[in-house]
Order: sequence, then C-alpha cells, then structure tokens
Amino acid sequence: MIKQITNGIIKENPTFVLVLGMCPTLGTTTSALNGMGMGLATLFVLVLSNMAISAVAAHIPGKVRIPAYIVIIAAFVTVLQLLMQAYTPALYETLGLFIPLIVVNCIVLGRAEAFAARNPLAASACDGLGIGLGFTLSLTLVGAVRELLGSGALFGLPIVAGGGITIFVLAPGAFIVLGFLMVLFNKISRSRQ
Amino acid sequence: MEYIIIIISAVFVNNILLSQFLGVCPFLGVSNRSSTAIGMSGAVMFVMALATLCTWLLHYCVLVPLGIEFMQTVGFILVIAALVQMVEIILKKVSPALYQALGIFLPLITTNCAVLGVAILVVNKEFTFPGASHYLNLAQSVVIATAYAAGFGLAMILFAGIREQLDLVEVPASFRGTPIALITAGIMAMAFMGFAGIV
Repeated sequence: MIKQITNGIIKENPTFVLVLGMCPTLGTTTSALNGMGMGLATLFVLVLSNMAISAVAAHIPGKVRIPAYIVIIAAFVTVLQLLMQAYTPALYETLGLFIPLIVVNCIVLGRAEAFAARNPLAASACDGLGIGLGFTLSLTLVGAVRELLGSGALFGLPIVAGGGITIFVLAPGAFIVLGFLMVLFNKISRSRQ
Repeated sequence: MEYIIIIISAVFVNNILLSQFLGVCPFLGVSNRSSTAIGMSGAVMFVMALATLCTWLLHYCVLVPLGIEFMQTVGFILVIAALVQMVEIILKKVSPALYQALGIFLPLITTNCAVLGVAILVVNKEFTFPGASHYLNLAQSVVIATAYAAGFGLAMILFAGIREQLDLVEVPASFRGTPIALITAGIMAMAFMGFAGIV
C-alpha cells in the first residue's frame, strides 16, 4: 500500500517521468497555489474514478470499456465542477477551462486502464492517491518556480523586492521553466544510477 | 469584418498551442517529422470543425432548453467520442485514400484536449468585437474552430521543421527528447507573443 503511494510520487512521477498531462501542467501553473489547486482537483477525480472503475471493471464488456471509463470519469469531473463552483469560486474562475478538461487528461484514463481495471478497490485508491500526489507536487513545484521568477513571490507572499521577470508568468515561461526542470530531474536521476 | 477578426485572433493572437496550452501532448508526441505533423493537423482540423458544429447544436438545442447546462462535460465528450468513431467508419468506406492519410491519427484525437477545449470555449466564452461582445452564433463557431485548428497546424508544422533540424545537432544528454522540445516551444511562444494586440 505505502509502496503504491510512493511509487507515483518519484518512480512513476506523471509529469517528469511519464510526461503525461502536459496541458494543465503548462496552463495552470502561473503560481504555486494555482498549480496546487489544479493538482488537488485532479487527485480528487483520480482517486474516485480509480475506485469506481476497479469496482465495476469486471462487469464491463471489453469492447466498450474505454467509452464506459470516460463516462465514469466525466461524471466525477461534473461533481468536482459543481463542488468547486459552490465552495472555491475564485479558484474555479482561475483554472477555468482546465477543470472540465480533466476528462481528457491522459493520466486519469491511463491509470484506469493500466491499474484500476485489474486491481482490487483499496489498491486502486492508493494508486490514485500516489499518482495524484505526484502530479500535485510537480505542479506545485513548477508553479512555485514560475511565481518566484515571474512575480518575486511564493504562495502569494512577496519575497523579492521589486517583483520579477514577467515573461515567466506568461506562456513562453511555462514551456521554458518546465523544460529546465525536466533537465534537472534527468540530471539527478542519471547521477544516482 | 467579424470573421476576419475571429480568424486572425484564433490563428495568431490566441494560438491554441502556444498561448492556450491545449493539445500539447500530440504537439510533443507526433511532431518529429513534417509529414506526420501535416497528417495530424489535417485530422484535427476536420474533427474540430465537425465536433464544434455538433456540440454547439447540443448546447443550444438540448442543454439550454432543458436547463441542464451542468451536463455539458459529459455530453460533449460523448458526442466527440461518438463522432470520431463515426468519422473513422465513414472515411474507411467512402474515401480509403483519405483514411490512409488521416486514419491512424483519429483514435488519438478523442483524448486530444484541444477538441473538447475548443468546443467548451466556443459556447462558454463571450468574444469581444469592436463595439460589442457576445456569444458566437453557429457559423462563427465553426469558423473559429477551423481557425483554431489552422493555428494548431501552423505551430505544429513549424515546430516539426525545427525538430528535424534539431536531430542533426549534438544536444547535451540531459536535454535530449522532451526538455529541448519544450525549450524550443518556449522560444516559439515568445515569437507568437509578438502578435498580441493586433486585434
């Protein structure tokens, strides 16, 4: 169980190792808090859809399994949308389009197909939790670096006087920061081998 | 005039890949060679225009009259998935040549977030024109979806050209593959920022 959780954080980190779910990683990490919010939203869907799919997978005929999984995932995304509209309207506004797009996030469907469909309920929940936490941590990291460089703050607290280099909060900064973080991740995992 | 504004803003100013971050997975995945990039862009343009047509009708003729707009996410993804399947079957029968060219890309498109993203964007966002801002009508929606897809194709084909050149140079080991592609995309995004403010 513990192994399943830590597996998703480092060894199968969705962003840096599997390179999945790039759109929300680039699109929502303008600050550490936004990145974390997006990560937690995905974690919510991932845990619930993994549990539901692991419970019903045996009863779904093989041919229609992908559409069936997508409908299950879309149902949980709708639940999340309604919850966020009610309790965190500001975050819902900022993340915008990327909340409904969790449906087509390859991480969620990938885990359903690769893990939840052939494992028991508890293990699937732990797998969802691990991958979700790994995704949340990477998004928070990318968001923190972009916020620090781009607006000289961290989690909204100003750190560098006089702000930062605005380009890092804009679109090009997303690609460049994620690229260099991946280089760093590669470098560290190479030197460990 | 409105159509020209829509097209320029969708292709250049709000380029779907480089400023809205939709469809980044196929952008990084199949942009190794120009020929595959062109095939993928063609398939995306075809599906995006058709999907937006269907989801616009679904939104305004079914969801809004029944007052169940919250079913948007489920409804749209189902329509897109069914549509992609249908296009694949019809193409196979009607035009085997086109199927040869686009066929292998079609299954990938169901989970291409650009298609669902544009379908949602078009019905949920008010667009600003000189003098007024309003939701898009059916014809404008299809035009903007085609223009977004053209922007996707433009970025994708330019990027594939750059990546073909990148294969010929010595890239440091840690930068190989995705990292150097992302950094290149970042520089391209900077170039596209130059279009900001034209419309």
